Amino acid sequence: MSHIENVSRRRFLKGAFGAGALILAVRYIPPVFGQAIAMDGQTDADRATLRPNLFVGIQQDGTVYIVAHRSEMGTVVRTTLPLVLADELDADWTRVKIDQAIGDKRYGDQNTDGSHSIRSFFDTLRECGAAARWMLIQAAALQWNVPASECSTELHTVVHKATGRRLGYGDLASGAARLPVPKNEQIQLKKPSEWRYIGKGMTSYDLEKLCTGKAIYGMDARMDGMVYASIERPPVFGGKVKTLDDQEALKVAGVHQTVSIDPFKPPAAFQPLGGVAVIADNTWAAFQGRKKLKITWDDGPNESYDSVEYKKELRETAHKPGKLVRNVGDSDKAFPTAKNVFEADYYVPLLAHAAMEPLVALAEFKDGKVTAWAPTQNPQAAQAIVSSKLGIPIEDVICHVTLLGGGFGRKSKPDYVAEAAVLSKKLGRPVKVVWTREDDIKFDYYNAVAAMYLKAAVDEKGKPTAWLQRSVFPPISSTFDVNAVYGDPGHLQQGWTDVPYDLPNIRLENGPAQAHVRIGWLRSVANIYHAFGVQCFTDELAHRANRDPVEYMLDLIGPPRTLDFTNVDYPNYGADYKTYPWETGRLRQVIEMVADKSGWAKKKSGKGHAFGFAAHRSFLTYVATVVEVEVSDDGEIRIPRVDTAVDAGLVVNPEATRAQFEGAVVFGTSIVRSGEITAKNGVIQQSNFNDYPVARMNEVPVKTNVYITESAAAPAGVGEPGVPPFVAAFCNAIFAATGKRVRELPLSSNSMFG
Amino acid sequence: MVKLKVNGIDRTFDGDPNMPLLWYLRDILGLTGTKFGCGMALCGACTVHKNGEAIRSCVTPMSAAAASEIRTIEDVGANGLHAVQQAWMETNVPQCGYCQSGQIMQAISLLKSNPHPTDQEIDDTMAGNICRCGTYQRIRQAIKLAAGKIA
Repeated sequence: MSHIENVSRRRFLKGAFGAGALILAVRYIPPVFGQAIAMDGQTDADRATLRPNLFVGIQQDGTVYIVAHRSEMGTVVRTTLPLVLADELDADWTRVKIDQAIGDKRYGDQNTDGSHSIRSFFDTLRECGAAARWMLIQAAALQWNVPASECSTELHTVVHKATGRRLGYGDLASGAARLPVPKNEQIQLKKPSEWRYIGKGMTSYDLEKLCTGKAIYGMDARMDGMVYASIERPPVFGGKVKTLDDQEALKVAGVHQTVSIDPFKPPAAFQPLGGVAVIADNTWAAFQGRKKLKITWDDGPNESYDSVEYKKELRETAHKPGKLVRNVGDSDKAFPTAKNVFEADYYVPLLAHAAMEPLVALAEFKDGKVTAWAPTQNPQAAQAIVSSKLGIPIEDVICHVTLLGGGFGRKSKPDYVAEAAVLSKKLGRPVKVVWTREDDIKFDYYNAVAAMYLKAAVDEKGKPTAWLQRSVFPPISSTFDVNAVYGDPGHLQQGWTDVPYDLPNIRLENGPAQAHVRIGWLRSVANIYHAFGVQCFTDELAHRANRDPVEYMLDLIGPPRTLDFTNVDYPNYGADYKTYPWETGRLRQVIEMVADKSGWAKKKSGKGHAFGFAAHRSFLTYVATVVEVEVSDDGEIRIPRVDTAVDAGLVVNPEATRAQFEGAVVFGTSIVRSGEITAKNGVIQQSNFNDYPVARMNEVPVKTNVYITESAAAPAGVGEPGVPPFVAAFCNAIFAATGKRVRELPLSSNSMFG
Repeated sequence: MVKLKVNGIDRTFDGDPNMPLLWYLRDILGLTGTKFGCGMALCGACTVHKNGEAIRSCVTPMSAAAASEIRTIEDVGANGLHAVQQAWMETNVPQCGYCQSGQIMQAISLLKSNPHPTDQEIDDTMAGNICRCGTYQRIRQAIKLAAGKIA
């Protein structure tokens, strides 16, 4: 779907690469990602527009510039995607410089979430690299006056084997720049056997900087003449300032002034929440001044939100018939006649992102234009919200992307960038808005709280004859549409619509829930609660049937087949179903792989020391996980070992992929042990790592083994898919060790474990 | 007036003596390698050395840093990478990297006082440093690798 054109004269490129560089650009039609607005805050019209993109430039000194248009938050995508281009270009990686893109729709989708950077841009970047290589070959052939077909490339060099002539890429750059860009059919992509980097991978381009304190994050951005801002936001979502007394705040040394920020008009989307900003010489002074503000608030419509009551409501809704999401057979008919029926409620609370770098943005409004520096996963959304809040054209918002100190989905929502821009316009100078950890926890776009009800009728072997699942959660779409109460297909698909069991009667439903906070996406999103409910309930049934959980799961999944989603709203993570079908055979394979590698058959679970298992497909990747736990008599839980098998299709960077799956189990450990956001009178009750603890070194799995399937299938996601099966497998292991079923997360507030 | 040494350079500070060392380093001196994570000594991202000991700069007021020698991540690798930094690179520890300055400063201080820590001792010391990306397994590995190199 891409079309390459030579755009070397465009103004835009000069800044990026300077004159004299061979520059290629691509018109790229991004695949539609997810469903409607919820996934990335852009409109359908935005997505439908053709978006030209620019990915590579070669200087006459041989330096190859490759543009990283996705955001680096630890997945190493800033290295891995350019590496794909470098491979097809036959470039010497030591002569590659990576240029981080600003937000610009011509790159196509830049919203670095949904674990789709590689799959969405693998082909495009290969074509860009191959096109550049083609032009270098043509230029050499012209210079040597030989047919291009006699020329080939070695590392960073075009070679004419017959005469032994060689020319470096730098020497050919200006000649190649005069040539037309090849048509797609002229480009020759390498055979996989010729790949230099793809499948082998590379360590992070930024590795040394990351180990020496030299890496620049949003928190480290500086601009001459900038001031620092700390914002007191309405404690209740949708609230606004009633009265303000800033006299004491203004007395704090270093504080310049206070500035009010208007409350948003619903829906909240990515707008600033409003409040009062304290402007100061340095971050500390801004924090101190803020503490002295005296504000009374009009709390608005969410002032009675209470998460304890809300949990009861969700649970009640989950016990009532909901909206049908998918149906096989006739469960309603099958249940009443069944002999053995089991049911269970599962619950996962609101979760916060808590990336190590609190939200921060620096922006300057000058001459009607904004220049921002931000650790954002979505610079185009930052452009859009700044443009709309300031009433300036989107092209007049330049959003630079720094390194991100973690993102996990929070930094896809650029409310903090808009805050900095709004303040800079009011103050006429650059403003750096620094969120405290407390702000970061209290004003998140939380992963949805979810109640699930599951019911199964089973035969004499314990195998389900009928299956009912009902999931209730405030949808992400509520952040963009105040009337939204049902899950959108993009999130229902996440481990709910696509339950892969081969059963005669399956009924999947979704009930309504009104949001009282901003709901957003967090690493693995709805898969977190859906895999927890489905995979733990399946484990319950296996134990009730006195069957081995792995063998039982394989029985439920049934023979290898492609799931049929005819007449089902199943977006498949925005990917083409022909390229990325849901294949139960691949899930079976990772299950068999993890069983083998972990020695599952020989493992004997008993009191205090046991093993748990779960398997799940998300973001088009198949994962199966075995977790070993030790539970002491006083209930302390250790995790000596995790084994996880992954089929993510073709893996470009195996080392980075392993790291993502190692990290996923740590992320999952936090969710199981202690992840919980609660609210009373509309106010979020957690504030920092003391009351929103995340996993520390002494609490996480001691050893995580990651096994990556060798696969030629199309590349799929790796950032998120490790979390959901770990969460379920961990809870299943706890059951095996204690006989106590974890149906509510986290353990810290579960009366059986806390 | 607070006098102190930062990375070997004499400094004086005449601002609010309650200002935490973290913000002096970051906002006044521009040494941004030391990170802000929580402001309450809960996460360790702000770890620096004061007279050779690992401290949390986010809760250390300037008055408490007076007359001391402060060392930050910028100085650790200034004359060639420290063995701990080398081990970090060899083990490919960082993901986002934001916490790693603090992790490295903590690890250097651990190995100074205990050149051959056990797994338990590593866990006990490093448990104060949060990594949300979850690089703990590699941090433990890198500390052992560095311990072997330093010895």
